[in-house]
Amino acid sequence: MDTDALKKEITKGQLWRSVMRHDVEDNPRTRVLKVMSNVFLHLHPVRIPRFGLYLKHTWCMGGLTFFLFLVLTVTGTLLMFYYHPTKEVAYADIKYLEFDVPFGMLLRNMHRWSAHAMIISVWLHMYRVFMTGSYKPPREFNWVVGVLLLTLTMLLSFTGYLLTDDQLGFWAVTVGTNMARATPLLGHEGPFAELTGASPYNDIRFAMLGGSVVAGNALLRAYIWHCIALPLIVAMFIAVHFWRVRKDGGISAPQ
Amino acid sequence: MAEDSAASADKKESMPEPPPQPEVTPGEEFKENVRDFVDKVRKRREAMTLVGWASIATFCGAYALALVRFFFPRVLFEPPNVFKAGYPAEYTVGAVDTNYQKSQRVWIVREPEGFYALLAKCTHLGCTPVWKEAENKFKCPCHGSGFTKEGINYEGPAPRPLERLKIAVADDGQIQIDKSIKFRQEKGDWEKPGALLKA
Repeated sequence: MDTDALKKEITKGQLWRSVMRHDVEDNPRTRVLKVMSNVFLHLHPVRIPRFGLYLKHTWCMGGLTFFLFLVLTVTGTLLMFYYHPTKEVAYADIKYLEFDVPFGMLLRNMHRWSAHAMIISVWLHMYRVFMTGSYKPPREFNWVVGVLLLTLTMLLSFTGYLLTDDQLGFWAVTVGTNMARATPLLGHEGPFAELTGASPYNDIRFAMLGGSVVAGNALLRAYIWHCIALPLIVAMFIAVHFWRVRKDGGISAPQ
Repeated sequence: MAEDSAASADKKESMPEPPPQPEVTPGEEFKENVRDFVDKVRKRREAMTLVGWASIATFCGAYALALVRFFFPRVLFEPPNVFKAGYPAEYTVGAVDTNYQKSQRVWIVREPEGFYALLAKCTHLGCTPVWKEAENKFKCPCHGSGFTKEGINYEGPAPRPLERLKIAVADDGQIQIDKSIKFRQEKGDWEKPGALLKA
């Protein structure tokens, strides 16, 4: 039996037909249907102009950012198998991952460097979108979604910083959350704090840390925001972001 | 309605003849009644829809408030802010006590008129100043801010005086200091009760 006949036999079967909702012949119609009838690909524009593939036009920075998000999701999930978010063992777990867990060092470094790279790529993506004028109508809403995603990426980076529970992370989060003291109305050292009765035990910083000092509760909260809450929110906005690229006419073209 | 019963009567020929239907010609009054009824039902439905959505909105609003409150724990497993600092008689008049600097970051000053507690935290960038007995001042090693024994800033970059802490006598007669209650001179807090423990 030659491969073409086998391929035909398989693609005619019910198993195949139940998964794929279209023919497999290579023609413009099935090429469109392949994208349209796939839940993952349907977020992607059906057609891409030739210049859209040129590296000099997009730098592929949005795609790289998404790729790094996927890498971070996979490596982060694997790191969670060995990490306990408690003051007693968090730092020891990081050392365990680094020096004893098989492939732990590779895993942790992939997560760490991808995180650094994602911050850089997301900024460069924003820079590219600005330089190509891709924030202009009808794409202005997607720019706003992009700004939200940028903020969420920074928050992911910030919450991940504390999890190693070393001096660097501890002081970074101490300084970062101390800034929240100065929030107007909501921070106990900010403007109008007397008006709202904000104190170190009821202000926005207290809610972030789950206490008045950077301790066990803060570590657990950073962990949950970092591993569950923020990634879910980011995934939702990524879906909207990609879908809007498609709906707004694909990659922006030079006028 | 009338058509319906006529059609079913046709189908069931074996059934006995239905009683004769009264001849009804819908008059204007009847039509008006129907319109009123439909209007009433529509208004009732709108009202019920409003009640339904209002319930959902109320629930979601209450849930959102509960969610905000959820992030503020009631019980904290943190080091206590209140500590006892010995008996008043153990203090020398005119001296700055630095025994609690390392463990509590607090200086206790005994003056002829009473006691006050200073938080050992520079108001510039938060370093811990040093009490210099010979020069009669608190000196910050980081950027050179100087404070008088009272805690008033008089040299260097510190923008405001040191903060005083609530000081009182506990039930057992010991001095008790509450670090969570602060008194700031520039706000006139030092005149308030609790800023000074009168001798």
